[in-house]
Amino acid sequence: MSNADEQNSKGPQTTGHVWDEDLQEYNNPVPAWWIWAFYGTIIFALVYWTLYPTWPMGKSFSKGMFNDITFVNDKGEEVTTHWNMRALFLKEQQTGEQALKQQEYLQKISDSSYEQIMSDPDKMAFVNSMAKVLFADNCGPCHGKGANGVIGLYPNLLDDDWLWGGTIDEVAYTINNGRKGYMPSFGGVFEKEKLESLASYVLSLSGIEGGDAARIEEGKHIFQGEEGGCYYCHTAEAKGMKSQGSANLTDKVWTIANVPGHDRYEEKLAAVEKVIVDGVDREMPTWKARLSKDQIKLLTVYIHQLGGGQ
Amino acid sequence: MNNQSAEARVPLYPRSVKGSFRRFKNSILVIAYLVYYGLPWLPWSRSVGPDRAVLFDIIGRKFYFFGLVVQPQQMFWLAGLLMIAALLLFFVTGVAGRVFCGYFCFQTLWSDLFFKIEHWIQGERPARIRLARQSWNGEKFRKIGFTWLLWFAVAFWTAITFTLYWGEAGDLLRRFFTGEAPSAMYITVAVLTFTTFTMAGLAREQVCTHMCPYSRFQAAMFDKDTKLVAYDANRGEGIKGRAKMRKGQKTLDERHGQGSGDCIDCGYCVQVCPTGIDIRDGLQISCIHCGLCIDACNNIMDSLDWPHGLIRYSSETEAEGGKVRIFKLKSIGYALAIVIVTAVLGWSISHKADLETAITQTRQPLFVTLSDGSILNSYEIKLANQTTTEKQYSIAIRGLDDAELDTGNFSQLTLQPLKNLRLMVKVKRSPGDRRLNKVDDFEFVIKDDVSNQEAAVIPARFYAP
Repeated sequence: MSNADEQNSKGPQTTGHVWDEDLQEYNNPVPAWWIWAFYGTIIFALVYWTLYPTWPMGKSFSKGMFNDITFVNDKGEEVTTHWNMRALFLKEQQTGEQALKQQEYLQKISDSSYEQIMSDPDKMAFVNSMAKVLFADNCGPCHGKGANGVIGLYPNLLDDDWLWGGTIDEVAYTINNGRKGYMPSFGGVFEKEKLESLASYVLSLSGIEGGDAARIEEGKHIFQGEEGGCYYCHTAEAKGMKSQGSANLTDKVWTIANVPGHDRYEEKLAAVEKVIVDGVDREMPTWKARLSKDQIKLLTVYIHQLGGGQ
Repeated sequence: MNNQSAEARVPLYPRSVKGSFRRFKNSILVIAYLVYYGLPWLPWSRSVGPDRAVLFDIIGRKFYFFGLVVQPQQMFWLAGLLMIAALLLFFVTGVAGRVFCGYFCFQTLWSDLFFKIEHWIQGERPARIRLARQSWNGEKFRKIGFTWLLWFAVAFWTAITFTLYWGEAGDLLRRFFTGEAPSAMYITVAVLTFTTFTMAGLAREQVCTHMCPYSRFQAAMFDKDTKLVAYDANRGEGIKGRAKMRKGQKTLDERHGQGSGDCIDCGYCVQVCPTGIDIRDGLQISCIHCGLCIDACNNIMDSLDWPHGLIRYSSETEAEGGKVRIFKLKSIGYALAIVIVTAVLGWSISHKADLETAITQTRQPLFVTLSDGSILNSYEIKLANQTTTEKQYSIAIRGLDDAELDTGNFSQLTLQPLKNLRLMVKVKRSPGDRRLNKVDDFEFVIKDDVSNQEAAVIPARFYAP
């Protein structure tokens, strides 16, 4: 390179400035490729400023040109806006490649009956993957991400015990309209012995051993008679009523009283007594207004198969 | 300032040459280009999938390679392939030097093609040098322009061909020219056209000397027994050095008598070199060992009726008069490694399962107590039909006598060719009065209903309180 040759022959080039008689500065210009890359970044910035929102201008900002985004907002109106990540995200969700593919499947679900969905492994695979996320987002906060609920508060949806019925229609109704589970408080109604007797009877219904036969007999009298009147809701067989959401007390599943969580009979007894004294007041909200029809359909099938629906 | 980095490039005008190495390189050129440009168009009949022999379907996540369909879960085959390629490079480099650089590297192949175009339009080395030195006139514009146009066409078609591997070639090509192709294709074509043109047409040997890391580390793999393109300095230089053909220096006897070597310093070996080095300076990093200087020198020796081999493949040991050992610990080790990796890869490909399975147990919660006191575990089973035929499967469990399997409506399944499916299944055990083990091992058995054989056995666990 001629430059290098020149420097080699004449010694280092200087800027020509001299301070303090002999203090000079070498002239070492940055390489040409570096300079051009620097100019390149300037051109890039100019293009970027033109295309994208960049400069703050008082309370507004420069909006950019040529890349407006059109999407449908949550009111169903078509909106065109300057380029921004949020609009891009919404548009992607509506017309992106993956979104279209999902819509195609959603349409299939929408067009099929529950029987058709449940007998098609492909559709079921879609239900399982999409409803899993829907469930975790919407139902998970109470029922848990895995739908195992919280004993005493939120029902476990994985077992085959359904307070409000486990058929497809009943599950769909529950999601759409919500439920209100209520059992009155019997606090102060019974004296201590009678309360213990009633609880013993309730434990005996599901075959838990350790109770005193006389106590159980007395408890049965209270349960089935006017003194307690429990049979109104729980029925004389204690199997519960779907229309009331009253629990089946004869099976092994406990929703409110934490009987499985205790080992000793006295503790189990106390758990049941607590429910009788406190009563139950639970509410599941309605989802009709918050989720789309297809989303509820997906959730219905998902929940139905989780608990081996009826 | 470092002198080396400031050194400007001297443009090269390699002279063409005829000879055995040139013929060998030409045949590789023809085969490699036939394969590269032709493969995307090669038809192939399949019961499902595209009718092309080679197609990398990214969206469908399937890689069709003749009779083989590779799915993403078999991607480790690629690792095997790359290992074989690397080991082969190490092996060959140890035995015969930079064979890859000289004959098979795409940089070598493409710049060779670009040289040929340049030679065809602008003529032999002196004509090209003259053209480069003359001022811009009609002839220069025409010749350079036409060269660049042809280069561009080759670069463009190279880029297009690369993209054709990722889709159905005819359809993709039509969409490219009607503006309907994905933007990825346009970007790839633009980038590859640009890089092919600059690398093969303009940068050329600079890629090998300044950019390529392989040229640097391959030299580290040479040893005393490695056969390399080398100048026989003993013979060429004699006692007093090389000498031009002059009066009294015309025959071998005359020259040997005066102490001159066999090299007549014609410079032919330098003129033909695609990286512009003088092989007589000894082993150097810029040498890609393409053998063209051997051809050049042998041609001169032929014309003088002197023996071949002033420049030839030889090793340090040979130069010292020893005998080359090809089978030494290093090369045997590499060869063994190649054989092992190839065998493992071959075994893995030939024993590819028809049905791929995976299982995930529902962990939240691990088990559920049902109303009759029985215990339920749930599993997600993934089945992938790896064959190109439709399959019928049924699912059963084995190893738990008291267990009951609930597959919903799917105790029998039809799996389309190359499709996969995820299935939620539940296993229920009624212990009665017994207490279940906390963990029990069992198996899911997937049976092929047509052949009535077990297609897969999936180990699983049953958890109880």
